[in-house]
Amino acid sequence: MSGPITPKVLIQAEDFDAAAEAGALSAGRKDVGALVTFTGLCRDEDGRLSALELEHYPGMAEAEITRIAKEACSRWPLTGLTVIHRFGKIAPGGNIVLVAAASSHRRAAFEAADYLMDFLKTRAPFWKKEHLKEGSEGSWVEAKTIDDDAAKRWTPG
Amino acid sequence: MTVEIRYFAWVRERVGTEAETLDLPEGTQTVSDLLSWLKNRDERFAHAFEDMDTIRVALDQEHSEHDQLIGNAREIAIFPPMTGG
Repeated sequence: MSGPITPKVLIQAEDFDAAAEAGALSAGRKDVGALVTFTGLCRDEDGRLSALELEHYPGMAEAEITRIAKEACSRWPLTGLTVIHRFGKIAPGGNIVLVAAASSHRRAAFEAADYLMDFLKTRAPFWKKEHLKEGSEGSWVEAKTIDDDAAKRWTPG
Repeated sequence: MTVEIRYFAWVRERVGTEAETLDLPEGTQTVSDLLSWLKNRDERFAHAFEDMDTIRVALDQEHSEHDQLIGNAREIAIFPPMTGG
């Protein structure tokens, strides 16, 4: 059996095409039995938000997400993994993040995508600031304990 | 020791700068030493670092703990808990 695959990691301002990214993981292959795609979008918080602005740490964003993605590739027998995280101003309804995981069987693909999202939330150097419809600039989104707890699930003990 | 310090999100807004090159004082060994020194610089830094438990630090683009040695790190980033994904 060959070693872990190399994940595709992109940090970009531009939008992405989730269907095309997912399709590329199974195109021309016959060993992929499961393909899980997660897309995180910008909500308008009941009409309150005009946009989310995502600040990131260039360099470390790529490095940290690559570390998390490689760890997933060593934990699960994936045939393909693509992670795209956008930065800059994103309007409600717009894409923020994509995780697409492919494997021979569903469990690995589901778990790897779940793992990726838990660690992207808590360790990828991105910060969201709300821009409100009423008034100008809103506040920074606060980190949630529930996200830290979710990430801890993957560490034994 | 000369290091490049970078600030992000509300830490950046509170200290009023994105990045600066600093000569660390003698005896600055751990991340915690650095944060305490920065906190005492002026009011803006005191405000940014009023709740030390919320401050996250990366040494040369890798997450680190407050008790970690700075060692030969050249780029030190200081920021609040992350909210990406």
